[in-house]
Amino acid sequence: MRFFSSIALTVALFSVSIPSFAQHEAPASEPTAHEAEAGHGEKKGFNASEVIFGHISDSHYWHLFDINNEPVSLSLPVIIYHPEKGVEMFSASKFHHGHESYNGYHIEKGMKEKIVSEDGAKIIDFSITKNVLSMIVSVVLLLVIMLNVAKKYKKNGTMVAPTGFQNALEPVVTFIRDEVGKPNLGHKYMRYMPLLLTIFFFIWINNLLGLLPGGANFTGNIAVTACLAVVAFLVMVFNGNKHFWGHLFNPPGVPLGIKFLLVPIEIISLFIKPIALMIRLFANMLAGHIVILSVISMIFIFGALSKVAGWGFVPVSLAFSIFMFMLELLVAAIQAFIFTNLTAVFIGQAIEEAHHHDDAHAHHGEEVNEVTGQGYHVSKNEIIA
Amino acid sequence: MDLLTPELGLFVWTLIAFLAVFFILRKFAWKPILNTLNERETGIADSIAAAERVKKEMAQMQSDNEKIMLEARAQSAQMLKEAKDMKETIINKAKEETKAVADKMIAEAQQQIQQQKMAALTEVKNEIGKLAVEVAEKVIRKQLATADSQNDYAQLLAEEIKMN
Repeated sequence: MRFFSSIALTVALFSVSIPSFAQHEAPASEPTAHEAEAGHGEKKGFNASEVIFGHISDSHYWHLFDINNEPVSLSLPVIIYHPEKGVEMFSASKFHHGHESYNGYHIEKGMKEKIVSEDGAKIIDFSITKNVLSMIVSVVLLLVIMLNVAKKYKKNGTMVAPTGFQNALEPVVTFIRDEVGKPNLGHKYMRYMPLLLTIFFFIWINNLLGLLPGGANFTGNIAVTACLAVVAFLVMVFNGNKHFWGHLFNPPGVPLGIKFLLVPIEIISLFIKPIALMIRLFANMLAGHIVILSVISMIFIFGALSKVAGWGFVPVSLAFSIFMFMLELLVAAIQAFIFTNLTAVFIGQAIEEAHHHDDAHAHHGEEVNEVTGQGYHVSKNEIIA
Repeated sequence: MDLLTPELGLFVWTLIAFLAVFFILRKFAWKPILNTLNERETGIADSIAAAERVKKEMAQMQSDNEKIMLEARAQSAQMLKEAKDMKETIINKAKEETKAVADKMIAEAQQQIQQQKMAALTEVKNEIGKLAVEVAEKVIRKQLATADSQNDYAQLLAEEIKMN
């Protein structure tokens, strides 16, 4: 119940225009995916890629379902920054599902839905899109859950056994602390624990919400993963110590000639780290969504061939999509863990203290590898990636 | 490809939301939770250590107690033995003393008896002597009652003197 009430709350808070269940007439000439999905009667060609990309990409509407070829969707607030006209806000319902232009703007539907200014100006779209709304829901959920649990900790004090949701959360928190924080960050781990925990839970809850039917593909959007990667990268760069930068720009014990080769590779590897973070999460989540949608779409592809084939394929498709769904539940947690773990590894490399005797060997191995031109840091933790 | 170009709007919203979540949760959730967990862990570790220590102390105390008990038992046995010994010595000593006293008394008594006997014997001897002298006197008086007999005896005595 809390989930739905928080959706209602956020919608009420953030929408500029009141989003309405708009039912607009779609022109019959357009063979949209929705028609094939909803209307079994009409034997139009089923365009699987349009359905799939419609689901995984961002939108200014929260499309729920179709009734008689008419999409039922939540129109979300559009916020546009126009270099000359300034900031404008209005409801996406004004576009009538992309069929009309409003105020000199119209929606262009390519692989992605984009708002374009008709005067050709470069506008920036700050709309509360489906992904943004989904994120707001997840943020509210996250805050409600975590603050409630934290309140319990404060109330119960130290030596009372955890109860209720604390029990679900505590193993995860201790897992992040003991398996991610401590091994990678050494004795300074406490300083970075809030960041790691926030990254983990933020990604995880968004991954899970994305799996709900009708949910947004938030973590499968490259802007989101880029944002998280940038945060991780900035933390890494601003916490890098002398030892880290010294090794980067002036690797000790390497002949001068090789330094010319090595330093650029090192600098590239510095930037590859956040890019790897970004692409890994993005690609994993996107792929999961595409696979599930493809499997579901198969029902309709076969259905378009013949009704019998369509119904016949339902059990196969369902079984397979249930399997994929289970897998995605696992992937949701695993990807959140991997992102967090790699962030910890990268920060750990940046704050690593100058040579303890133990890891002098490991360092030596790393240098040898770099000399061979691979430019790849070999450390135990990175192999998981 | 469109999918690979990040939109600035979503990026900015995500950044704002993430940072907001981060700062709120850091202050109001992660710090209390992590601190409580740490405190609980150190508390539990301390309690276990304390319990272990108490257990050791108990064991130590128990062994101490046993030792003390053993010592006490040994001591009481020792005391009993000493008491027994003392009793015997006292009894023996008393016996010896009694015997000595008795012997002395007996010896004294015997001595006294001896003395008494001697005194009595002397008295008897004296009495007998006296009696004998009286008897001899009476006999002599009877024998020398006549003048003739006195002469005869005088002559006898004279003859004896002469013979010497």
